Amino acid sequence: MLNQSPTCSAGDLIIACAAFISHKEVQSTMDISQQLLQYIVSGLSTGAIYALIGLGFAIIYNSTGIINFAQGEFVMLGAVLTLSFISALQLPLLLAVPLAIAATTVIGVIFERLTIRPLKNATPLSLVIITIGVSILLRGIVMLLWGKDTRALPAFSGNDPLSIAGATILPQHLWIFALTGLVIIANKLYFYYSISGKAMRACSFNRRAASLVGIDVKRMVLFSFMISAALGSMAGIIVAPLTMTAYDVGIMLGLKGFCAAIIGGMSSGLGTVIGGLILGTLESLGAGLISSGYKDAIAFIILLLLLFIRPQGLFKKGETERV
Amino acid sequence: MKREMVKFLILTAVVLLAPLLFTGGYLMNVLVFVGINTMLAVGLNLLLGFAGQISLGHAAFFGLGAYGSGILTATYAVNPWLAMLLSAGAVALLAFLVGFPILKLKGHYLAMATLGLGIIVYIVFNETVDLTGGPSGLSGIPNLSFWKLTFDNDFKNYYLIWGFTLLIMLLSINLVNSRIGRALRAIHDSEVAARVMGVNARLLKVQVFTLSALISAVAGSLYAHTMTFISPASFGFHFSIELVTMVIIGGLGSIYGSLLGAVLLTLLPELLRAFQDYDIIVYGLLLISMTMFMPGGLVKGIPAGIALLLPGRRRRGEHA
Repeated sequence: MLNQSPTCSAGDLIIACAAFISHKEVQSTMDISQQLLQYIVSGLSTGAIYALIGLGFAIIYNSTGIINFAQGEFVMLGAVLTLSFISALQLPLLLAVPLAIAATTVIGVIFERLTIRPLKNATPLSLVIITIGVSILLRGIVMLLWGKDTRALPAFSGNDPLSIAGATILPQHLWIFALTGLVIIANKLYFYYSISGKAMRACSFNRRAASLVGIDVKRMVLFSFMISAALGSMAGIIVAPLTMTAYDVGIMLGLKGFCAAIIGGMSSGLGTVIGGLILGTLESLGAGLISSGYKDAIAFIILLLLLFIRPQGLFKKGETERV
Repeated sequence: MKREMVKFLILTAVVLLAPLLFTGGYLMNVLVFVGINTMLAVGLNLLLGFAGQISLGHAAFFGLGAYGSGILTATYAVNPWLAMLLSAGAVALLAFLVGFPILKLKGHYLAMATLGLGIIVYIVFNETVDLTGGPSGLSGIPNLSFWKLTFDNDFKNYYLIWGFTLLIMLLSINLVNSRIGRALRAIHDSEVAARVMGVNARLLKVQVFTLSALISAVAGSLYAHTMTFISPASFGFHFSIELVTMVIIGGLGSIYGSLLGAVLLTLLPELLRAFQDYDIIVYGLLLISMTMFMPGGLVKGIPAGIALLLPGRRRRGEHA
């Protein structure tokens, strides 16, 4: 419009715009704000998932210095195991979910016992390669046993959408928000009010000093793998009814969780949670408003920009904030 | 230095004579890939093994080189050698510009940033369908030719690729044994100490990052011209990880180690064909166990293994 009439004044423009808006029905502007709300709701729910996965990354990183590339595989295992407990053993969902979380936790324990613990003098880089090996191995096993099909987990309480403030919310979204909230509270309580949680924080500040005051560092490392596996599998289970699951869903989810943890400055507290929520929301808005094909690229562009501006993560104030 | 020359000449002889032993067309094809992967691993090792800076997005530079050459030659009919030069130059410039903000980061932040860069580039390959052909790929890339010789079969490509590989290895060996190489290792051990000694750490890191990207881009151009078809799947996150694995399994900070790593990880999937569907599991297990039991990589692991198998020789070796 501006190009066609370069001589038009600002007044003309306002009239033209007003005409343009009234021409479209008022309903359409309502739609836009509703749509925005919709993007934000779904963004927050994926963000909550990223936050849970990111917490797993941060917890292992803080106790061992390893970036665990098998974190995404915990996510995949949670969903796949729940599905197979339901279909093969005919278990109800209520039983299958805790069982799947427990099974993934056991896998996390075996993983730590067999590969991380025996290596005393390994460099962090070779430990990272080992976690990549484990992720390839787990993915391969699941692919062989469960095949390459994409399957959906039944929603926890139906698929009837609820309408809240103009946005349509699936019951599963509410489950995600509620369970993530619970996990964050439990996480806080554990790290700040329990002996083993405090011991884990001590390990993350200084492993040598922690072992000098009598903390069993090896046990703390094992705990960190257990907690991460449990968190990851839970994230995988609660998101599976919305996004479906397959043997390879862990890759992208894992990377996004890693993004969330980095934005949060690798803290195993609120930083990573907010990092995940920001990431999820911006990604969902970007996918909806700009282009869905570039959805994943948007997440990483945000991340790169953040890293360039604040190389230490968004919320990192000092060493004492790290857990 | 003399020993280095002897080692390199032996390698050259082996590479030149190898085709006489393996006349099978399929194996020649695999060996072409080994050459390309060796170039990539050597390039990445300069950054990761010598300067100590991780990159989880090196497949992006490889892909940019390949697509640069591919698009210029297949769509715009530019001379392949000129296309290679142009795309290598463009990738180097890009790496140089991106290098400054990225290499300011350290540790896992650097890992994440390079990983993100790799994924963004991969998505761009997939989404810019008009330019790259999208997920279904870009075909019709011409072979390279020199006077009347066209590199159009595996045998000719073998010599072309390995010529480049040996050249890049020689240059890298020279580089790491030079003043610059010592400065890089100083940065690896302690950046602060290196800076105190007068090394411009920031610029040098960006320069080695650029060189590494340049080598990857050249490898990418060669890949495009030998394959004549490229698709985004070859340049994803997985390949970046595989490159890092080659460097680490081979041995950090050893040019010959990168050669060994590239040879092993390129041949391994071919050898594991016998396991059929189980190959990915065996691959994962091997990766885990090799990293666990050979922490110094193949360059240190193989001599140690031989010494372990031949206790008599080891004892004699110790006395000598």
